[in-house]
Amino acid sequence: MVKARVLIRPKEGILDPQGKAVERALPALGFEGIEHVHVGRMVELEAEDPERLGELCEKLLANPLIEDYEIQTL
Amino acid sequence: MIWGVLQFPGSCDERDALRACEIAGDGARLVWHESRDLDAVDGVVVPGGFSYGDYLRAGAIARFSPAMEAVAEMARGGAPVLGICNGFQVLCEAGLLPGALLRNAELRFICRQVELIDEGDGARLSIPMKHGEGRYYAPEEILEQLEANGQVAYRYAEGHNSNGSVRDIAGVRNEGGNVLGLMPHPEHAVDPLTESTDGLKVFAALSEVAA
Repeated sequence: MVKARVLIRPKEGILDPQGKAVERALPALGFEGIEHVHVGRMVELEAEDPERLGELCEKLLANPLIEDYEIQTL
Repeated sequence: MIWGVLQFPGSCDERDALRACEIAGDGARLVWHESRDLDAVDGVVVPGGFSYGDYLRAGAIARFSPAMEAVAEMARGGAPVLGICNGFQVLCEAGLLPGALLRNAELRFICRQVELIDEGDGARLSIPMKHGEGRYYAPEEILEQLEANGQVAYRYAEGHNSNGSVRDIAGVRNEGGNVLGLMPHPEHAVDPLTESTDGLKVFAALSEVAA
């Protein structure tokens, strides 16, 4: 089994209100100078055939219309 | 016209949808998500709620249910299919409708009566909306296709697009015109008790597809 991690993030150019909300909250906590915050998802899994992970992302883990994904095998 | 109303774990509007179908049509029955049996129905409503807990993305898991496989087959055959709210999200995830529904621009769950414009006849409908992920999105080239083909079925009236949907889009249909997705809830606007009965027009318009 191959351990892998899939990072899924909103596609560039699509309004990411979650990222914006986090960004707006930071100065109140004293964190200045942080910008371009984006919130995505991470999926950890173990796969017999890591070659098929791309297909898995396209079909289920990500919605390619609105999200980009990145597969990291560990 | 006999409607089938899908019921997933986490659906919450299937009873209202059932009642709306009974008022608008000739009868309706619930269809459990594990069933593929849609033989006795002429059209299907995929109702609102939080199917499978909205895990991963709203509608992402529901699209793989046996009932949805049967719905996809029916849709390809030209039968009317109406996806409301979560049902709209399911139909988009299933590829039966173009686009996707994203988190509301202001991040808040919105629950209020809204006014829609029927892009077909210009009629103004008053229908409730209640959702957290209702911001319609599609890439520019797809939007252009939708506009050119007349697939934008309903838009929020001016001042009513509170979720940030692109081009004020509240509802879209497929190229064949038999599959319709709508974010607001026509099934909650079918009885004079709740003032507006405009929701019936949505059911009636889709029923014509079957006729």
